[in-house]
Amino acid sequence: MTTVNETLGQYSELFMLLAALTYTVSFIAFAADLVRARKVTTAPAEPAQEPALAAAGTLGTVQWSHGSGAGKANNHNDAVVDDAMGYKALRRPAARIGVAVGILGLVVHAAGVVTRGIAAHRVPWGNMYEFTTTGAMLVMAVFLTALLFRDLRFLGTFITGLVLVMLMAGAIAFPTPVAQLIPALQSYWLIIHVSVAVLSAAIFTLTFALSVLQLAKTRQEKSGKPRTAGLLRLVPGPVSLEQLAYRLNAIGFILWTFTLMAGAIWAEAAWGRYWGWDTKEVWTFVIWVVYAGYLHARATRGWDGTRAAWLSITGYLCVIFNFAVVNVYFPGLHSYSGL
Amino acid sequence: MPRLGPTGMLRWAWRQLTSMKTALQLLLLLAVAAVPGSLFPQRPANPAVVTQYIQDNPGLGPWLDRFQLFDVYSSLWFSAIYLLLFVSLIGCVIPRAVQHWKALRSQPPRTPRRLSRLPEYGTMTVAADTDLTPGRAIEDAANVLRRRGYRVQLRDTGTDLPSVAAERGYLKEAGNLVFHTAMIGVLVSIAVGGMLGYRAQKLIIEGEGFTNAELGYDSFFPGTNFNPGALVPFSLTLNDFDVTFDRNPASYGNPIDFTADMTVQDSPSDTPRQETLRVNEPIGFGGTNVYLIGNGYAPEITVRDGEGNIALQGPVASLPTDATYNSTIVIKAPDARPDQLGFVGFFLPTAMVDEDGVAFGSDPDPYNPQLNLNSYTGDLGLDDGNAVSVYQLDTTELTQLNGRDMPDGGIVLGAYQTYELPDGKGSITFEGLKRYVALDIVYDPGKAGALVFTTLALFGLIITLTTARRRVWIRAGQHEDGRTMVEYGLLARGEDHSLAKEAIRIGSALTAHWNKANDQNRQATP
Repeated sequence: MTTVNETLGQYSELFMLLAALTYTVSFIAFAADLVRARKVTTAPAEPAQEPALAAAGTLGTVQWSHGSGAGKANNHNDAVVDDAMGYKALRRPAARIGVAVGILGLVVHAAGVVTRGIAAHRVPWGNMYEFTTTGAMLVMAVFLTALLFRDLRFLGTFITGLVLVMLMAGAIAFPTPVAQLIPALQSYWLIIHVSVAVLSAAIFTLTFALSVLQLAKTRQEKSGKPRTAGLLRLVPGPVSLEQLAYRLNAIGFILWTFTLMAGAIWAEAAWGRYWGWDTKEVWTFVIWVVYAGYLHARATRGWDGTRAAWLSITGYLCVIFNFAVVNVYFPGLHSYSGL
Repeated sequence: MPRLGPTGMLRWAWRQLTSMKTALQLLLLLAVAAVPGSLFPQRPANPAVVTQYIQDNPGLGPWLDRFQLFDVYSSLWFSAIYLLLFVSLIGCVIPRAVQHWKALRSQPPRTPRRLSRLPEYGTMTVAADTDLTPGRAIEDAANVLRRRGYRVQLRDTGTDLPSVAAERGYLKEAGNLVFHTAMIGVLVSIAVGGMLGYRAQKLIIEGEGFTNAELGYDSFFPGTNFNPGALVPFSLTLNDFDVTFDRNPASYGNPIDFTADMTVQDSPSDTPRQETLRVNEPIGFGGTNVYLIGNGYAPEITVRDGEGNIALQGPVASLPTDATYNSTIVIKAPDARPDQLGFVGFFLPTAMVDEDGVAFGSDPDPYNPQLNLNSYTGDLGLDDGNAVSVYQLDTTELTQLNGRDMPDGGIVLGAYQTYELPDGKGSITFEGLKRYVALDIVYDPGKAGALVFTTLALFGLIITLTTARRRVWIRAGQHEDGRTMVEYGLLARGEDHSLAKEAIRIGSALTAHWNKANDQNRQATP
């Protein structure tokens, strides 16, 4: 019979605290970046980009010119970001600090999660405190990974702010000492089902932020204010936000489908039925259907754009509800909050 | 509004139902309709809680019941929504499958006259000294496209303006169709399981056994078309049940291990074998699985009647009411003479007494087991043939002998103690303690189908969401001055965020190919 390592558990809590402090610095830096960008003046837009790759021929044998369909390049002269999420050359020292400190925070945070797991001799997602801290880590990791592909630093304040809230919620609302798992959770499906669930929730977090900003930008454009106004200056236009949100939601939906399947297989092994409309199952189903609706909406005339964004937001609110309210307040077979 | 006539109306309704907009609305309606099932107690999961809820809310409860809000997932309105959704889905999938079947067997569509109108367009000019004919250029282009996974067809090859039409990503639609068809398969599997399967409960005390037969169950829920021949004649005996509780101060008393040591037989003629039953690890008997769902204590009781004879002897299962295994217990001795005896009360594994003198349980392990009972005498109501739960005793018609408010007080029994009932009605002895397991026995013939179809759905989903369906056309011609002019255009079908990237890749591949060919050409003929 294994026992828990309490000293290591205390170190884990210390790491979590240090991670929260580091994220605070990152949050302030990202906020400074948004504030500073309001006043930056940009040079007039450069001429529309010809594919520089065209001049590849050694002796100019082949001349190549490529253009995306006429009238599609929607470059505003005074904007710092175009509709393909490409940024103009713009020095953003605060954002760089935000990312660097954020990476440091993630390393410390990961140390906290890993030591928690070692202390308990199991994966560190067995109760509400652990779902929250591990989930926050994945939100940050997904965000930093996304930065490798797209310049999404305009989301920095939202993501670091949310991660901070999650760490605080874990420490204040759901504190749970390191403990062994109850028999119902002793299954390798815990590793598979819960990790994928938390990962897809982390991706939905990102798309939620994108969809909210999409609505804000749409509103701003409709109101006729200059695109540069206010704190949203660094935020790209609604079309590019919607496209990115769709791609991420598609990945999130695949992972959520897998979560649902893995949960059903586990439920079959534990309770003898793969689906029984337990409250947690109901809400997992509701979330799945809402995001399925989102994917259909994107292909339905009159439902893309703002309406699809609202569906994406609704889906995420259901995710939050399923996590924070159903886990804690709804009686059911999934009552593992440890509270 | 034009007159449609009955067939016209039907066709109109069918078209409405199978439209994407309706499907989307039904989908969102389904999400909303599923929610009440998590807000109100549901009969299939917990019928007793529903009865209690209706009793506690006499105004609202019956109304909720009238609208089937305690049976949401089998309700008329919920079924209507998902059945309509599936009809809409079938009406959508079949024509699409037919269309896709045709598309799979047809060539890419003809080359548009003006490629420059397509979302991605580009031109390439190859110098005159390269001797690249338009026909050759189109063949090169076709090769590049083939290598990128396109289905390719050359057009107008003999003319001045030959072109190539190409399409890729047929799997996108195929994956989409697989996903939606698999959804129908999942629904059918669930229905098959519900019709032909069964679910049963059985409580087994240590040392006791059970043979799989309909009469042996404590409760039995067969499907609507269940065939009793599907019952596998297995049997099992619970030798020992082990429970380990967490003794860490921070998480004291949490269960960390339940292990049931069983002797099982697949059929009466098979040799018995040892099996371990644990949570998450059911024992299977050819499609019928046995699951460990619950457990509790069964105090061993001996009741002697007023004539001194043993009226009841053996373990009596108690029902835990909390995590500390404080349990309710009902003991019935219908064989007691001259009067039947009944007992209702609590079993506490580790009894303590608080400041007010009330006993409470402080630990789930039996460190100080204690029975706290009220006793009754009279007709227990078991002889008239009506089914009565063994866990309930209706005391309204009985005469109470013991209780906190009675002159003789309640019965408090520690281990191995005996209590003499008042008026010489008999005695009760707490002889020992056993554990029991609560088992679910489930046969679900739709299970494998559900797994297969959900797996298919997942693969279909991954394929359809990660594949891009694209069309490319490339046309070549010769300029008067001898240069070869090439133009290309790309069109996405459905969501495609990297069409521009694809255009750049094709352009790069062609540029590199012709540059390389020409360099070699020049080196060969200096």
